[in-house]
Amino acid sequence: MFIRHETIEKNVILMLVLTLITVSIGGLVQIIPLFTVETTIERIDGMRPYTPLELMGRNIYIREGCYLCHSQQIRPFKDEVERYGHYSLAAESMYDKPFQWGSKRTGPDLARVGGRYSNDWHVAHLASPRAVVPESVMPAYPFLANRPLDYSDIAQHLRTLRTVGTPYTDEMIANARADLEAQVDPDRDPTAMQKRYPRAPVAKFNGETTTITEMDALVAYLQMLGTLVQFGDIPPDRLKQ
Amino acid sequence: MPSQAVLTADQRPAPRYVEDVIRAAAILTMFWGIAAFLVGVVIAAQLVWPQLSFDSPYLTFGRLRPLHTSAAIFAFGGTALIGTAFHVVQRTCRTRLFGGEPLAWFVLLGYQFFILAAALGYLFGITQSKEYAEPEWFVDLWLTIVWVAYLITYVGTVMKREEPHIYVANWFYMAFIITIAMLHIVNNLALPVSITGTKSYGAWSGVQDAMIQWWYGHNAVGFFLTAAFLGMMYYYIPKAANRPVYSYRLSIVHFWSLVFLYIWAGPHHLHYTSLPDWAQTLGMTFSVMLWMPSWGGMINGLMTLSGAWDKLRTDPGLRFSVTAVGFYGMSTFEGPVMSIKAVNSLSHYTDWTIGHVHSGALGWVAFIVFGTLYYLVPTMWKRPAMWSTRLISWHYWIATVGIVLYITAMWVSGIMQGLMWRAYDELGFLQYSFVETVAAMHPFYLIRLLGGVCFLSGGLIMAYNMWRTIRSETETLATQTQPALAA
Repeated sequence: MFIRHETIEKNVILMLVLTLITVSIGGLVQIIPLFTVETTIERIDGMRPYTPLELMGRNIYIREGCYLCHSQQIRPFKDEVERYGHYSLAAESMYDKPFQWGSKRTGPDLARVGGRYSNDWHVAHLASPRAVVPESVMPAYPFLANRPLDYSDIAQHLRTLRTVGTPYTDEMIANARADLEAQVDPDRDPTAMQKRYPRAPVAKFNGETTTITEMDALVAYLQMLGTLVQFGDIPPDRLKQ
Repeated sequence: MPSQAVLTADQRPAPRYVEDVIRAAAILTMFWGIAAFLVGVVIAAQLVWPQLSFDSPYLTFGRLRPLHTSAAIFAFGGTALIGTAFHVVQRTCRTRLFGGEPLAWFVLLGYQFFILAAALGYLFGITQSKEYAEPEWFVDLWLTIVWVAYLITYVGTVMKREEPHIYVANWFYMAFIITIAMLHIVNNLALPVSITGTKSYGAWSGVQDAMIQWWYGHNAVGFFLTAAFLGMMYYYIPKAANRPVYSYRLSIVHFWSLVFLYIWAGPHHLHYTSLPDWAQTLGMTFSVMLWMPSWGGMINGLMTLSGAWDKLRTDPGLRFSVTAVGFYGMSTFEGPVMSIKAVNSLSHYTDWTIGHVHSGALGWVAFIVFGTLYYLVPTMWKRPAMWSTRLISWHYWIATVGIVLYITAMWVSGIMQGLMWRAYDELGFLQYSFVETVAAMHPFYLIRLLGGVCFLSGGLIMAYNMWRTIRSETETLATQTQPALAA
């Protein structure tokens, strides 16, 4: 079958249809298998949706454009694994909407920053980066420590996420507000919250403040990054894609 | 009405073209160009002196950087594309724009509204955090409406053309419009938390989201910043040089191979990540293949100058367009090199990527827009030429020096940082802490800032020259267009 190009050049609809077919092929071949091939996401234990507080913190991370200077994706190289920890797995971002792998490291990778520094360090560093790291070129975020966190519609956030595929249960949605408050209050019993969200850290992340602040949420998010999967327990063949 | 009074070369009366919208687009393009360069200079300065965010939530690098990229790509580039698309499609089809003035104004002003809504959103932290697709769901919906109107205007005009053939520039503009529509819709599928709120959560997550984002992201480069600007090249270079396109056959091969191959290149943004290896390898392979159609297009553009190379001495506007094609060749060679996994393991996450993007964005996109505007402004305002040819030359050299400073600084800092990250000392420990590599970038960030200031200064010179041209008293009829030689 041989079509003279002249035919296409004289028929705009034909040209548009052929163009659309031509530009669709690559995307279809590269994207569809990622949804259908089961091993794309490693079958490992430990992953769970974000706690309400972590989710709010993550939304602040997105709002401030942290991803523009910090990656959350450790590549399987000796130097990166030594610097940042185990290379990142696809499973570790399975609940990330959107993904935060980033494309530039003006600052270091944050995929496993959780637990590396104290809460106080994070609060001091975010408020005034050069007070802690003199060579840093990071902007200062002092306003986060004073700004109350708006979580009035937290249940609606979880509900929306469930509609687009994140496995939040009815119980999680019903307790969203209580779970959020429980995570910043070490005086409360965290058992029920931590049963829903295993390994969720509980602390007054922003120190002794009367209200829950944006700083609490952001630090709670940073402190859980990369901590959910316990690599010691996983046989290596489970990590194959 | 001069456009009716002048007969074109083949003695057919020219149709009454829609022109006010194109004039407005030319001015807006210049405005957004200055805005984009200025914000670029500001964030470059912040990386040298981080105190320049003044502890304000609205002036942090994280909020200003999307403002810079969107101003450059979508405001400056996009407005130039809408204006030139309307100009090119009318001239090459010898017909008035479909939908006339009202539809054309809706597309242009609707698009400006999209830019303003997106830009204000960034300052207030309203973002999806998908690079080059940051606007939230309500802004995306508005853009979709404007984009459909744009497609209708364009295709409608092509359908009622007076010329039998669809000229090659139109193939590229149409491929750009429909591919961007496809990418925009798929990548931005999202559900708002509340119909009255700004926040939404996307349909995709994790590794699939990453693949879809870079399928979008790389083809924002491939179709927005390449295919569409190639459409510009295929019309304005032949016009300014007064020569036909070098090879018709090469145009056909160029077009189909480019649109087929580009769409596969996305995964090269995700080398060595948790994206499965097969997808990375496909992305790399097609990125390397992409070198061929890119250079085919470059050759077609440059060889169009055959027999008219002397014009480069006398027409500095054309010099911009031709240099643009040269930079296009350079960055479409650098791109495939960086997409090779071994090279990417060094270059990824570093300033080398930033340098590469800017050799394309400043050298190719901005230069071809400058060259086009230096042709379009006298044509649209019926002036014999730009007010000052000398100032065009000044602009050319100061902008070129700016680009060279910028990209060399980023090559050095990027490669240096990549090497420092992987350096080991004699005892087998990592040699440098991360922050030592940050400190090492400092002088290069200063050089980059200087390059940006040069480029911005060039833009200001151009804006002044444009203003004087438009305001000049000498009205002439002589510049009314001839039909596109290549059509």
